[in-house]
Amino acid sequence: MTVHHIVGASVPRKEGWDKVTGAARYVDDMTLPGMLYGATVRSSVARGKIKNIFFSPSIDWSEFVVVTAKDIPGQNCIALILDDQPCLASATVNHPEEPILLLAHADRHKLRKAVEAVSAEYEPLPPVYTIEESEQQSTIIWGTNNTFKSYLVEKGEVNAVWKNAAHIVEGEYFTGAQEQLYIENNGVIAAYDAENGVTVWGSLQCPYYVHKALMALSGLPENKVRVVQMETGGAFGGKEEYPSMIAGHAALLAMKSGKPVKIIYDRMEDMVATTKRHPSRTRHRTAVTKDGKILGGEIEFTIDGGAYATLSSVVLSRGTIHAGGPYYWPSVRIRTKAVATNAPPHGAFRGFGAPQSLFAMERHMDRIAQVVGISSVEIRRRNFLKPGQTTTTQQVIREEIDLHHLLDRALELSDYAEKKKRFAQENTIGAHKKGIGIAAFLHGAGFTGSGERYLNSLVGVEADADGTVRVLVSSAEFGQGTNTVLCQIAAEALGLPYENVAIAQPDTTVVPNSGPTVASRTAMIVGKLVQSAAKGIRQTLTKSGLLGDDYTPEQFRAACEKYVAGHGTLQSYARYEAPGDVFWDDEKYRGEAYAAFAWAVYVAEVTVDLTTYSVTVDDFVALQEVGKVLNPVLAAGQITGGVAQGVGFALYEKVVWQNGRMLNNQMTNYIMPTSVDLPPIHVFFEELGNVHGAHGAKGIGELPMDGPAPAIVNAVEDALGVHFCSIPLLPEDLFEALRDQSPEQEASSPLRGTA
Amino acid sequence: MNPSLQTTAKSEILFTVNGDARTVLAHPMERLLDVLRNDLKLTGTKEGCSEGECGSCSVLLDGMLVNSCLVPVAQANGANVVTIEGMSAHALMAPLQEAFLECGGAQCGICTPGMILAAAHLLDKKPEPAIADIREGLSGNLCRCTGYMQIFEAVAKAARRKVAA
Repeated sequence: MTVHHIVGASVPRKEGWDKVTGAARYVDDMTLPGMLYGATVRSSVARGKIKNIFFSPSIDWSEFVVVTAKDIPGQNCIALILDDQPCLASATVNHPEEPILLLAHADRHKLRKAVEAVSAEYEPLPPVYTIEESEQQSTIIWGTNNTFKSYLVEKGEVNAVWKNAAHIVEGEYFTGAQEQLYIENNGVIAAYDAENGVTVWGSLQCPYYVHKALMALSGLPENKVRVVQMETGGAFGGKEEYPSMIAGHAALLAMKSGKPVKIIYDRMEDMVATTKRHPSRTRHRTAVTKDGKILGGEIEFTIDGGAYATLSSVVLSRGTIHAGGPYYWPSVRIRTKAVATNAPPHGAFRGFGAPQSLFAMERHMDRIAQVVGISSVEIRRRNFLKPGQTTTTQQVIREEIDLHHLLDRALELSDYAEKKKRFAQENTIGAHKKGIGIAAFLHGAGFTGSGERYLNSLVGVEADADGTVRVLVSSAEFGQGTNTVLCQIAAEALGLPYENVAIAQPDTTVVPNSGPTVASRTAMIVGKLVQSAAKGIRQTLTKSGLLGDDYTPEQFRAACEKYVAGHGTLQSYARYEAPGDVFWDDEKYRGEAYAAFAWAVYVAEVTVDLTTYSVTVDDFVALQEVGKVLNPVLAAGQITGGVAQGVGFALYEKVVWQNGRMLNNQMTNYIMPTSVDLPPIHVFFEELGNVHGAHGAKGIGELPMDGPAPAIVNAVEDALGVHFCSIPLLPEDLFEALRDQSPEQEASSPLRGTA
Repeated sequence: MNPSLQTTAKSEILFTVNGDARTVLAHPMERLLDVLRNDLKLTGTKEGCSEGECGSCSVLLDGMLVNSCLVPVAQANGANVVTIEGMSAHALMAPLQEAFLECGGAQCGICTPGMILAAAHLLDKKPEPAIADIREGLSGNLCRCTGYMQIFEAVAKAARRKVAA
């Protein structure tokens, strides 16, 4: 057959033309006849018992559809993992902006006034706002100990390492909440009739998560709940879990009114009420030899989960497994926990716990280097994981990854040595201090441990009589390129042009459950299944004698036509099978955590302006090993986009909290990087391949979120000689830290040279 | 969302949209964005923040780049409006759209219409922009997916093609 090079080529994005012409249909672009608009009345306190709800007499309430918890036909929960989060709070509220009541009306302007005309009276209960308050347990707000989940990872003999240590290095690191800030806010439309049940069209990542949540909420059977994903204007994890909530709300209003109901959040509501990245605190205590080799250590990683369990246990899991970075730990004890506070639940955001624990690890490596008296480069070199060694969960590294080579190449690409030397000289004068920092890291692709086994994903490929092939998956496109790479894989497997392969709009009545679109799993896990299912189509045609081993697209079409004429349809399905050599112990948190890791070394170059205390990232090198690059343009776009979010995480994006509520819930006061704020981002790939992914692909989506923040803060430390351990690092933080420097410190500081 | 919306009378707005003469009956303070999306069904113009910060709702109003969420429709009376749907109404639109597609300038696509309008506006003023001009010209349009690099590349490519043509 003809050799195709579709995989590995930068074919244009499947839905790209619709996006650049404005024809792509997002949920807010859709209207249904007789449609109402829905809105949410939310709690004004962080924690309390609801005593009364008042409806102002200034409004004619007979015009409105009103839904409370009493109207819920099924269970009042957002079914996910622990089912502890109510869809509508009834007796108590546990965070500000918690939904308590729903309204719908045909006129959006009237709706807005009506929301303001509903108020609740609360009997206040003592709230908990921080990790520290929560772990003191003087006020219990969740379960018996305010702890959603805890893990313990143990390897070797940690208690024995301290006595042999030349140095014991301690550090405490913090990361703040971060808003996903997809440019399209959360939104859904729900419709209901007794015959068809509930249908929801929405901006979402995981159609079957919403499907499961709607079944529990509505009490309807599987075939009476339909979820359709519309074009989705960014997600980044922010549309993994919350769409189940807003879909539930619209569905309840539609069920009560019998009319379609659209709920589109405005920016302020989206920012104040929906999930964010978990704030974290990490403590390291590390025993090292005199030449900088890690003997062992203790890592304590704690995340703030907000008021309900939601996804915190899984975010914690990923943060736990990544906490040791790409280093060899002969002995380690990692204790981690997710604790409750009276803030809206924190949730999924690209990286999912790993950016938090890796920030700590990579800052701590620089600190160890200083204590030992060797360079940032050398400390990493001496501790890198090598093939055959084991990770903190005792997973044997089977890939032929050479981190030394990756580091060398990143240093060369960034001209590290020359710049390091030059900056040190130049920083002796002037008010602009330059620095360069590195971060080495890894990111596991796919669900953690036995996760993929439980997901049991199913993927379909079908061919029509006209030879058109369609990929059937619930994996959603929200910018990452799902549609494109899955079509590339199917086209390659079938030896057809890319144009002959399409992908079905995710609709639970059409596509099987290929799992959620999360965890950098789509290209690797779902891609492999698409490849198998596509091959199945080919085998079916070959076995029926309709197709030879070598064929043209026209011969393929003729074969499909004959097969469909005889059998009605031509479909092939592939179900996930766990690789035989992947073993994971959920109890001991030990074993093969991920089928594959992607590896990276990032280098950031910064300037700190000592007049304004602002930090500018001047240049950025992102080098990664990601298995096979399926589409170079899309892959590079994933990296630059992730780096941009990482720059924001490090330097700009600060959620200001007041009594559990976000104060700066606007794009004018929560600052993400604009086109003038980012450095040139140079993206480089290495392709080692990977036996578990389609064509050797690994996950790539989350990886670039992990490295920028530590690389940048390491660079700031290089510029100023001041140790920063908390992000976001805003000008006011820099100002305070520099002002607070004691005179002796100042004497040895490069700031002394300031003109 | 002006409170006076319900009390003011609707009036006739006559303007040119993507080359066609259009008439709508609207409250003068209604947002141009809503008139485009709801009355004229031109849903390519997107709403991101409702406060003129993100640029998703960017359109050209008499050749000026504006955030249509901040423009009362009365201001568009008699004006010439170009939206993403107006490919034929603006010579730079097609080359920009092609370049965005080729370079990976669109990911989730929600900022793309506004971004392309901003780019068209930039190239109108500066047919051969330097990278700094592109950065500056697009700084009112936020993109959360791309990190902007591939957008810069797309704008530069469209400019080169246009100049060569």
